[in-house]
Amino acid sequence: MSVMTNPAAAKVRRPSLWKNIRKHQASYLMIAPYFILFFFFTVLPVLMSVVVSFTDWNMLQTPNFVGWTNYVKLLVDDDIFITSLKNTLIFAVVTGPVSYMLCLLFAWIINEFNRGLRTVLTLIFYAPSICGNAYMVWNLILTGDRYGYLNGILLNLDIINEPILWMQTEQYILPVLIVVQLWLSLGTGFLSFIAGLQTVDKSMYEAAAIDGIKNRWQELWFVTLPAMKPQLLFGAVMQITQSFAVADISIALAGNPSVNYAGATIVTHLLDYGSTRLDMGYASAIATILFLLMVGTNKLVQKVLGRVGE
Amino acid sequence: MSQIKGQVAIKDLPPHLQKKLRRQKIVPSLKAKKLNRSVAGNTLLFTIMGICAVFMVLPLVMIVNNALKPLDELYQFPPKIFVRNPTLENFSDLFVLMNDSWVPFSRYIMNTILITGLGMVGHVVIASLAAYPLAKHDFPGKPFLFSMVVLSMMFSWTVTQIPQYAIISWMGINNTYWALILPAFCFGMGLYLMKQFMEQLPDSLMESARIQGANEWQIFWKIVMPNVKPAWLTLAIFQFQQMWGNTGSLFLRDEQLKPMQFALQQITAGGVSRAGAAAAVTFIIAAVPITFFLICQSSILETMTTSGMKD
Repeated sequence: MSVMTNPAAAKVRRPSLWKNIRKHQASYLMIAPYFILFFFFTVLPVLMSVVVSFTDWNMLQTPNFVGWTNYVKLLVDDDIFITSLKNTLIFAVVTGPVSYMLCLLFAWIINEFNRGLRTVLTLIFYAPSICGNAYMVWNLILTGDRYGYLNGILLNLDIINEPILWMQTEQYILPVLIVVQLWLSLGTGFLSFIAGLQTVDKSMYEAAAIDGIKNRWQELWFVTLPAMKPQLLFGAVMQITQSFAVADISIALAGNPSVNYAGATIVTHLLDYGSTRLDMGYASAIATILFLLMVGTNKLVQKVLGRVGE
Repeated sequence: MSQIKGQVAIKDLPPHLQKKLRRQKIVPSLKAKKLNRSVAGNTLLFTIMGICAVFMVLPLVMIVNNALKPLDELYQFPPKIFVRNPTLENFSDLFVLMNDSWVPFSRYIMNTILITGLGMVGHVVIASLAAYPLAKHDFPGKPFLFSMVVLSMMFSWTVTQIPQYAIISWMGINNTYWALILPAFCFGMGLYLMKQFMEQLPDSLMESARIQGANEWQIFWKIVMPNVKPAWLTLAIFQFQQMWGNTGSLFLRDEQLKPMQFALQQITAGGVSRAGAAAAVTFIIAAVPITFFLICQSSILETMTTSGMKD
């Protein structure tokens, strides 16, 4: 809403705003069920968490207001947080864009097939996301003795002389987690791209061919991607929330805490304080910092995606 | 395509006539070859995909094979992926264990159907209903409400869980189905997904319905929803998975209210001797959402090619 400096204009504006709201009664009625629930189950809890981040609440005693203490401690004194922040950023910078491209690439290729084959292929690529904790398969592959599949293959090929303890060696933890995360990445964004490709008007391709589009790559850039911009934006937000919030696979494969915190991420750090030490004030402060990080990244990514097809 | 007077568009003909014309090659077939495709490009892309597919399908292969393995193969060291002597023993063991459960097992199944079904259908309807005005109407407060939903997805769920628990207790719906279902109605992702798809619909579509006297409610059900079918089918898959995976252990205390997931996990918690039943459980827990996935995915068809859709 624009700020009115002219008091006379403001007087004129006020009844018209009310009229405007009355005029859109139907719209408000339609959004009401969702937003009433959303207020109670999402907005209120988030606001309460932000308030908690300024206290020393441990879920047992009455919380005391401590001002910025949690934030100062987090950013100045907590070396592990700095490590986990660094890991999370590396993680997000690598897996975020790569996952996003993979989702788009595979959705696009799969779209070439007829309906039956498309359904089966979609299932195959979505399988890691639908099979619950499918990443446990990787425990088998990454077992640290000679019987782990990866060690077995590398030993047979004489690339290594003795088995490697993949998830206990500091230098391997983060790269391996990145590979597993990429493997898991064909999830929400992927399916929404599949659906988005179905809504692209077929006659646009015919028109483009007449207009001189020569190959599939040009078709992708000039026709398909601009036509599914809303899905691209949606996929980007989902990608950000996933890349920054990674924790489950780190805990399942590397443990929490991992060796010398090599697999620590912001959310594993948060879980450490929230679920293990019950320091809810501190955990909430971590969540708030993470939130700000994601919001900033989102702003940047939306700007980049605005250029698609230009 | 512009319609010339006196000429009928193919898509306006009854379906059986369309089929006949296509079969006789008077009209190009729907499965006509895609434009602008080179053999080299096809080979390259399909090879990349084939290699990746082998890795992606691994968990599916393992779940199926484990479910069919007799106990000695499950504990074989080093572990093998493929089963050598397949058996259905694990499933019969599981059924015996199910019959022993404290509450009749059918009760758990009913609970799951209720929680998953209501949570999914309710969410798709409520989120879509809210997404339509956000995508297509212009009312005061709209940008604020929408960005609130998008931003909410970026706040860590781990820390909001406790305030949410407090609110659910305060509402007095703790230890009822509603404690699981009501929060599921307002997940942020569904609204965002539906809004993005609805945004693509041409305004002229709704405008012409308005001129013919349809109210917003009718437009939503008769025009908007059928045209974003790929979106709500996709959302249904996500929400089904979400609700199906919910054990409800945080909110549900009465055994009679608990979903099947919880009961199955209890069965598999029995240690070494239950490993076979546990493998069967893993199979069932994955098989149901996969079946649902296949049904939804195969009905996601091109919807925007219907007539009267262009600006």
